[in-house]
Amino acid sequence: MRFTLNGTFRRIDAHPLKRLLDVLREDCALTGTKEGCGEGECGACTVLVDGAPVNSCLVPIAQINGARVTTIEGLRGRHPLQHAFVEHGGAQCGICTPGMILAAVALGKKPTLDQMKVGLAGNLCRCTGYSAIYRSIDAVTSTARRNRGDRKDREARSGSRTKKPRTRAGVTR
Amino acid sequence: MAVIRDVMPVFELYQPASIDDAIKLLDKHGADALVLAGGLDSMDWLKDRLKKPKAVVDLGQIKELKGIKETNGGLEIGAMTPLSEIVRHPVVREKFSLLMEAAELVASPQIRNQGTLGGNVSQDTRCWYYRGGWTCYRAGGNICYADTPTSVNREHAIFDADRCVAVNPSDTAPALVALDASMVIRGPKGERIVPAEDYWIGPGIDITRMNVLAPNEILTAIRIPPTMAGAQFYFEKVRDRQVWDFALVNVASAIVVSGEKIVKARMVVNAVAATPRRLKNVETLIIGKARNEETADMAGKLAVEGAETLRHNAYKVPLMRNLVKRAIRGAGATWTS
Ligand SMILES: Cc1cc2nc3c(=O)[nH]c(=O)nc-3n(C[C@H](O)[C@H](O)[C@H](O)COP(=O)(O)OP(=O)(O)OC[C@H]3O[C@@H](n4cnc5c(N)ncnc54)[C@H](O)[C@@H]3O)c2cc1C
Ligand code: SF4
Ligand code: FES
Ligand code: FES
Repeated sequence: MRFTLNGTFRRIDAHPLKRLLDVLREDCALTGTKEGCGEGECGACTVLVDGAPVNSCLVPIAQINGARVTTIEGLRGRHPLQHAFVEHGGAQCGICTPGMILAAVALGKKPTLDQMKVGLAGNLCRCTGYSAIYRSIDAVTSTARRNRGDRKDREARSGSRTKKPRTRAGVTR
Repeated sequence: MAVIRDVMPVFELYQPASIDDAIKLLDKHGADALVLAGGLDSMDWLKDRLKKPKAVVDLGQIKELKGIKETNGGLEIGAMTPLSEIVRHPVVREKFSLLMEAAELVASPQIRNQGTLGGNVSQDTRCWYYRGGWTCYRAGGNICYADTPTSVNREHAIFDADRCVAVNPSDTAPALVALDASMVIRGPKGERIVPAEDYWIGPGIDITRMNVLAPNEILTAIRIPPTMAGAQFYFEKVRDRQVWDFALVNVASAIVVSGEKIVKARMVVNAVAATPRRLKNVETLIIGKARNEETADMAGKLAVEGAETLRHNAYKVPLMRNLVKRAIRGAGATWTS
């Protein structure tokens, strides 16, 4: 089985119906991806396959041959969402956090509260009550705004954004 | 083509590159083979070792099964097209938004990215006795664990039960019946087209399967004709929680109105029986009438006639009645009952 994992080409010899989750944790030694339910219900095991979030507990490895997989390790601890989750209490016990952050990455640049709720509907969190998570995601947007200084107001009014989408860890956001 | 000896039971995995090869494999292995689409339903069965196929045929490599094509005012959707792609498709959104709404309400984004339309309409029931590995009628036994005095049967059927009281859990299925879709099925003898409303079968016909597919057949595509394009659509799904969950009852309707009167209607409810339930009597009743409270009332009453409840699912009767009423009032109407 060949695929790109966090930007690096990988070749794995495993049972073709082994769950992507187990391949990541056991064969690739990347334990950032967590198992909650193993049935597609909690989203703790969320990873990005070709940029789209899926539950790695229900993906047989045979189906990702040739695909691009991004796990929480692929964000290298440097993604603004990772800092925001730490700073704003978006992570407590942490089991949902890797999946939550990857699902949040897939929300794109400036999700509204509704978009966050719909986009994170498949990620359960037993600790934070979700508000802190929404705040953390929102904080990334507002920090970005602050850094852009007074351009922010002009842009907000004209509705245009001058910044080009950035690519990080193989994910176009 | 590896022989597998690991966590899963031993079977051979095939990844054919064409429909013809897939059919040949299925024909060779017969009932010992399992078709794998997105795997969301199938993986559960395999992991829990409740289904023990000798061969698994993964349709994931077959390009002809993926994608959405426009066809004389309608659409042809490959069976392996992920639900999220259907939700995003401009023609689905513009002309057949009923399917978009239904597909968008399936589970979570993660599941919609991986689950296919063919798999969503072909998925097995969610009856937890059955999924928990109890050897009930549907699993080849001679008892229904969901229909005993102590059973937990809130989610089960109110229509057409025959020994088994399980329901069809699909959200896209009723939308496809309301859109008058047809299913393109391929087997060793060639192609056959089945109207969506005849695709699913109840326990009275075959208690061990949910649809007409023979073990050596695959669903290749779903065709949506222009018949209901741009009609007034209504989809509503009631579930226990406001985030992802299977439907307790859902309703899909397509209504064409001309000069205040309904001239064409297709109305379908799911999760009340083993097959999506098309309400033909309601459709006939409402033709020629206005989309008002009086019509809604009559339709609601007629829709639930003949319902038979179990110990814990009587709530489904008023729920279904109200959903039918709302569908007739249409979007934007005030919801009172
Ligand atoms: C946690 C969770 C929540 C869910 N919630 C909902 C929900 O709210 N609403 C809803 O509608 N669904 C829901 N589902 C089901 C989900 O939508 C999947 O789409 C569906 O189970 C199967 O899709 P799949 O592509 O993964 O198919 P698979 O699991 O691969 O296949 C399902 C079945 O269909 C057969 N099959 C699939 N494709 C074909 C084909 N082309 N030809 C012949 N046979 C075929 C397979 O053999 C198998 O028996 C949920 C699933 C999970 C895991
Ligand atoms: S309802 Fe059907 S699937 Fe469920 S226990 Fe009874 S026979 Fe089995
Ligand atoms: S572990 Fe995959 S969804 Fe819960
Ligand atoms: S932080 Fe504990 S489950 Fe979300």
